[in-house]
Amino acid sequence: MAVIEARGLCLDFPYYHIGARSLKKRLMGKSRLHTDPSNRIVVTALRNLDFRIGTGDRVALVGPNGAGKTTLLRTLAGVYEPVAGSLTVTGQIGALIDVAAGMDNESTGRENVRLRGLYRGLTDAECDRLAEEVAEFAGLGDFFDVPIRTYSAGMGVRLSFAMATAMQPQVLLMDEWFLAGDAAFMAKAEERLARLVGGADIMVVATHDFAVVRRWCNRAIRLEGGMILADGPVEEVLGGLEATA
Amino acid sequence: MLDQTAATMPAYHVDAADPQRLRKAIEDVRLGASRWRLAFTLAWLDIRNRYRGSVLGPFWLTLSTGAMLLGLGLLYSTLFNMSLREYLPHLAVSLVIWNAISQMVNDATTSLTASEGIIRQLPLPYTVHALRCVMRNGIIAAHNFPLILVVFLICGHLPGPEAVLAIPGLILIAINSVAAALFLGMLCARFRDIGPIVGSTMQLAFFLTPILWKPRLLGHWEAWMPLNPFYAILETVRGPLVEGGGPPLAWVAAILYTIATVVVAAVFFVRFRGRVAFWV
Repeated sequence: MAVIEARGLCLDFPYYHIGARSLKKRLMGKSRLHTDPSNRIVVTALRNLDFRIGTGDRVALVGPNGAGKTTLLRTLAGVYEPVAGSLTVTGQIGALIDVAAGMDNESTGRENVRLRGLYRGLTDAECDRLAEEVAEFAGLGDFFDVPIRTYSAGMGVRLSFAMATAMQPQVLLMDEWFLAGDAAFMAKAEERLARLVGGADIMVVATHDFAVVRRWCNRAIRLEGGMILADGPVEEVLGGLEATA
Repeated sequence: MLDQTAATMPAYHVDAADPQRLRKAIEDVRLGASRWRLAFTLAWLDIRNRYRGSVLGPFWLTLSTGAMLLGLGLLYSTLFNMSLREYLPHLAVSLVIWNAISQMVNDATTSLTASEGIIRQLPLPYTVHALRCVMRNGIIAAHNFPLILVVFLICGHLPGPEAVLAIPGLILIAINSVAAALFLGMLCARFRDIGPIVGSTMQLAFFLTPILWKPRLLGHWEAWMPLNPFYAILETVRGPLVEGGGPPLAWVAAILYTIATVVVAAVFFVRFRGRVAFWV
């Protein structure tokens, strides 16, 4: 049973490399930027979040830019450690936050898939299987063995999509709904995404697209200024969001 | 692809009130070491991409070190009134090992910031990035090692069986490298001014360490040499290869310095590991 449980989760984002002194005056007193006890300027990215996501939940994180959606996803994935509160994620985590991260432009598609396999901690044999699966789905033909720096944008998307979705995690974390590429690819992509989402116990997706939320999710969490403003069934939360917009 | 049974279902747990820093740091190192294949692949790609399209590739370094050996060898053997056969083996080992150490230390300052894109997107043990940096510099340094052999052959210098002691010496350097990659990598991610400071320190250390000159030229000051950590570490490799075994004091000092670097790096890593993602 996969579970995500957050209690009083807080995350402050420090600003180290900006002119702290000159900015201090301007920023002090505003709501989200403040100085912490060791006199650093920080922005409160997540403020006191409490939620529990259980098996079967398809959660959409909605809210304006800078609401903390991606930061929350990265915290769930284990990239950022919270400064206060606790977080427990039970289940194999699969994070599709930036699918291009860790790709090597000078390497071929196949080498990149193997590299991704190594990032995921797979064995050599598993990497080979991953490469075959990706090759079949991405349909790049001979280009699979050519450095990806020569790929067109569409080919790059097909490769990263095939690579990213070639897994079956129990907890699926996604930033934005990466749907691009040509029409023939879209149909294949939808089917594959549906399988990925269906196979996961939990999905959390950060998105702006309400159509995506309505289609794929059964629960929405509305974030603003790092706080949860609403948490509940999709229509309820989106209704509230549209009413204020 | 990632089959997991319920019994072994992994759990990720963080609690700011009970950070369990030591346990997580040990876990990071353990997991990072088990991912050495990833670190090695990345190190290999770094080198391949750096020398893409170049005919000689990393052997350019061998060539430039060779030219430096020849030039410095001719000049300084004359300045010091030593025969080339006596001076060159010393210079070859010193210069090759020093280049390895100095490149390693300078690269360590960016071991984490260079992987910023990965650190902020993929939860990976930070040890992997440190190992990548160490392996990259190890591979590059290995391109210079044949020069030592060539010089030894030309000068007819044949080290005795004590030469195997150079291996523990190289292991000491490797341990220090991992510690430096973690410690300097973190420190320089947080304080961006440390990198240039380290650069100038290494430049100064090149002249203060017996690389161009031999320790005995210092006269009665030679006894103080072990205070220079670079001398101690260097001597654990140069001693066995050139002097018929390093002075015991240098070995003791080198081991103490290694323990000190590892302890400092470990304490810093345990305490601040959780902050790295915010620093890079």
